Amino acid sequence: MGEVDTKGVVLLDFWVSAFGQRCRIALAEKGVEYEYREENVLADKSPLLLESNPVYKKIPVLIHDGNPVCESLVIVQYIDEAWPHRAPLLPADPYARAQARFWADFIDKKVRPPYADASHIDYSAVCSQHSLMVSFMYQFYECGTRLWKLKGEEQAAAKKVFIRILMRLEGELGDKKYFGGDAFGFVDVALVPFVPWFYTYETCAGFSVEEVAPKLVAWGKRCMERESVANALSDPHKVYEFAGVLKKRFGVE
Amino acid sequence: MDPPSSLKLLGSWADSHTHRVQLALKLKGLEFEYQEEDAINPSPALLLHNPVYKKVPVLLHSDRPVVESVVILQYIDETWADNPIMPADPFERAVARFWCHFAEDKLAPAVGAVFSSSGEGQKTAVDQVHDNLKLLERELRDGAFKGKRFFGGDKIGLLDIVLGCGSYWLAVFEEVMEVKLVDPGTFPVFHAWLKDFEEQNEVKETIPAIDKLLEYARGIRQMMLSLSNGTSTTAPAAAGTTSAINVAVDGRSG
Repeated sequence: MGEVDTKGVVLLDFWVSAFGQRCRIALAEKGVEYEYREENVLADKSPLLLESNPVYKKIPVLIHDGNPVCESLVIVQYIDEAWPHRAPLLPADPYARAQARFWADFIDKKVRPPYADASHIDYSAVCSQHSLMVSFMYQFYECGTRLWKLKGEEQAAAKKVFIRILMRLEGELGDKKYFGGDAFGFVDVALVPFVPWFYTYETCAGFSVEEVAPKLVAWGKRCMERESVANALSDPHKVYEFAGVLKKRFGVE
Repeated sequence: MDPPSSLKLLGSWADSHTHRVQLALKLKGLEFEYQEEDAINPSPALLLHNPVYKKVPVLLHSDRPVVESVVILQYIDETWADNPIMPADPFERAVARFWCHFAEDKLAPAVGAVFSSSGEGQKTAVDQVHDNLKLLERELRDGAFKGKRFFGGDKIGLLDIVLGCGSYWLAVFEEVMEVKLVDPGTFPVFHAWLKDFEEQNEVKETIPAIDKLLEYARGIRQMMLSLSNGTSTTAPAAAGTTSAINVAVDGRSG
């Protein structure tokens, strides 16, 4: 692997990618020094990316001592296991771990479009892992994407689904400080990078996340008090601008 | 070790995700109670214990549910430490998890698409299966799994279970759809792995007989064809068909 030292940690990422941000948060929580490399996903993919992730050719990719790890939740679990002595992201108890993995998987699940892809725009061809939509967060992301991509009846339908997802998450969070309880953990890392996207979803589809899921909004603010999260997440207005760029590029307007 | 009655599995006989859990429990030497579920008419227990997806498999351990087969497999591995199915090394674990994701995300849907399509659509689906198998073949031949007997090394591991329980559909679909999916000439290492996997005693005890699977697949294919021809099929049967296919192939409800 010519371009990178065989020692050390490199993260191939894209500034606004929620999936990349999961990895950044995990690395920060663990206090791991790493080199951040921006991939311009709107342009050609770098040789390093193609070599490190030949299966999906997408960011984020974590390269540790020359070994590439792909898929954001796989990366986060890897970070948790490779640096086990600080800030555990998964709880010790197997049942609690199963719950955490379930909800993170839920968040990721239906990001992949169904076989007969109903997406009007192959946003996936452009933006990082956005084609991989499967599981709640996937559905969440896909659904969120529909909120700003679509119009009229389709958007209204997407809004309904999205609100249902928010309420499901609100229910799971309940009155806990974080999804896993008192400690910031895996599910929080999986979900929190989508919080800056709420503004875009709300503005495009005309609803208020706070009205539907006030506990979730409060949780998002609590997470932002953590340096790892505050440093990783995009500004909601920049996210909105970015969505605008994509909309123009793919002729949604 | 917990008493046998503390483990109960809600599953479906033709569901590959159920087989994954059954195989893992067998490999760990764990006894469990089994309850057959009908995808079209889920039991109250299933609805209670898996309110989010309402699907099998659900593992109940002392009445606490664990859901999603890959989550269940890791739970089993972490609760009963003997005969580990996950590697110890973090990077090897990441590789196993990545390819499990690939199996669910790319391979299973492609295989399902072969079954549910025809004509040009089917040709595309077959090509996609081949593209995905090529990626696996390469990894087996030259990559992370080079020189190993199984994905897990000398013994069956998590990835063998995930890929293996489902790969038998390849042979079934080849027969029912009359397409070639796993040509031993093109995918020699994958083919050899699959044969080896299927010969393991625990696997033979878990996976239903091929003729039962063939009969099942033919039945669904018939229903699908009559659906697309517009012949008499009631709405619940149609929903059941889709549900049954999805359950059988990749465990999702579409």
